[in-house]
Amino acid sequence: MNGYNFAYLDEQTKRMIRRSLLKAVAIPGHQIPFGSREMPLPYGWGTGGIQVTAAVLGADDTLKVIDQGADDTTNAVSIRRFFARTAGVATTTHTAEATIIQTRHRIPEEPLREDQIIVYQVPQPEPLSKLEPSRAETKRMHGLSEYGLMHVKLYEDITRYGHVSISYDYPVMVNGRYLMAPSPIPAFDNPKMDMMPALQLFGAGREKRLYAVPPYTKVASLDFDDHPFRTTRAPQVCGLCGSGVSYLDEVVTDDKGGRLFVCSDTDYCETRRAEGHAGTELAA
Amino acid sequence: MNDDTLLSARGLNLRFGAVTALDQVDCDLWPGEVLAIVGESGSGKTTLLNVLSGRMAPQSGVVWYRDPNGHLVDVHAMPAPALRALHRSDWGFVHQNPRDNLRMGVTAGGNVGERLMAQGSRHYGNIRAEAIAWLEQVEIDADRVDHLPRTFSGGMLQRLQIARTLVTHPRLVFMDEPTGGLDVSVQARLLDLIRSLVRRLGIAVVLVTHDLAVARLLAHRVMVMQRGVVVESGLTDQVLDDPQHPYTQLLVSSVLSA
Repeated sequence: MNGYNFAYLDEQTKRMIRRSLLKAVAIPGHQIPFGSREMPLPYGWGTGGIQVTAAVLGADDTLKVIDQGADDTTNAVSIRRFFARTAGVATTTHTAEATIIQTRHRIPEEPLREDQIIVYQVPQPEPLSKLEPSRAETKRMHGLSEYGLMHVKLYEDITRYGHVSISYDYPVMVNGRYLMAPSPIPAFDNPKMDMMPALQLFGAGREKRLYAVPPYTKVASLDFDDHPFRTTRAPQVCGLCGSGVSYLDEVVTDDKGGRLFVCSDTDYCETRRAEGHAGTELAA
Repeated sequence: MNDDTLLSARGLNLRFGAVTALDQVDCDLWPGEVLAIVGESGSGKTTLLNVLSGRMAPQSGVVWYRDPNGHLVDVHAMPAPALRALHRSDWGFVHQNPRDNLRMGVTAGGNVGERLMAQGSRHYGNIRAEAIAWLEQVEIDADRVDHLPRTFSGGMLQRLQIARTLVTHPRLVFMDEPTGGLDVSVQARLLDLIRSLVRRLGIAVVLVTHDLAVARLLAHRVMVMQRGVVVESGLTDQVLDDPQHPYTQLLVSSVLSA
């Protein structure tokens, strides 16, 4: 596109982001500060993710962007179109065809491969932020690996509710060293991060932090020995494709209590339907 | 210093501008011993406590601590992670105001269990059982384990703070006016509790107080401070019954006898 550098950001900015990304990959789970730029979309819409994507994007890449698992929501459509126009790269909605996947709130159901990069949009990179408001103090806690406070939060949850009540952005230990916020993905997706073959990059634009999980790195969700980490999922099957294992969205269909459970990963659902699977909603 | 000294300070000096907070202070503490630092407000008691516990650096002088392996470590030359680890496990600090130490939005059980979790305990049932056992030790009903500290009375808060501090079985506890701000009957009960816990568990205590009655009840030895200088020290009964220094005589004679 005329008047813009490849992938919108100027080369110096992209080099700066790549340098921070190299540090982030070298220290898995550790937050690296970077000079976050103003982007042509509001904070909270993925300014961190979009900068990371711009920095790692090459002309021969194929980009997929998802928001809550869906390829067709406003955020996903506008970021995909942004890179199609400013970088001229190929875009896709198929997980298997993509080389870079920028995501908000989900990890695709289909397992990722070594030749893929997943970029997470992160609103709050500091996993301890709700427990310890001081940045200086949380930096010290990370430096000394003092994470007892996070377990106090889990203790309180089990005491009050009988189970850990964190359902998204569930804190993880990366490579046995750094406590990390996995971005607001459901706890259901946490196990997918463990030993993932793909490179995982995290960008927080407003908070100006980057972090990363290199391929095949141990990622463990925090828990107690006698209250092990468990994922939760709506007990229904997908109304469109009949999947009983995917993460589901609950859609209210009328004002008489009607609801429909469908896969939140639209590509997964469409692929299954193309393969001939059908849920109760389509059969009817 | 002796072979079995737990904590030893030599030649501590600290000035805040024109004010001398510590002037050539020496002190020794043996395992299981309770040392009271007494003196009026502004005499440098709390400053000494902070310097001994590594929370504040002296301008000159050294503080030695014998770690559980028998090695002598210089408290102020320690790397920060080691000092923090010491404060989490082998040492405890009881503040005058329990709200400074407790997490008011976390249940009593969580407050007591925090140090265990910081040390790596990862079994919910064990942490909870330990917390309940400690609440009972400090005479708080076991069924208050899930209550928030803000529903506790002042004396209970102080006892909860003591449970939270002692849960890791520290060898040395620093106490800054532990009975300050409590009414007399609650004070008496708390002193009784501290005395029996310290005896039974063999904890060494450095106790700062302006109340000579507290020192007499708890301490084996007393150090009297005036304007940053230790003017008199010795066995508690000896110092309080037969004060030699004029300032100590003044302190002892100014106590109202009921």
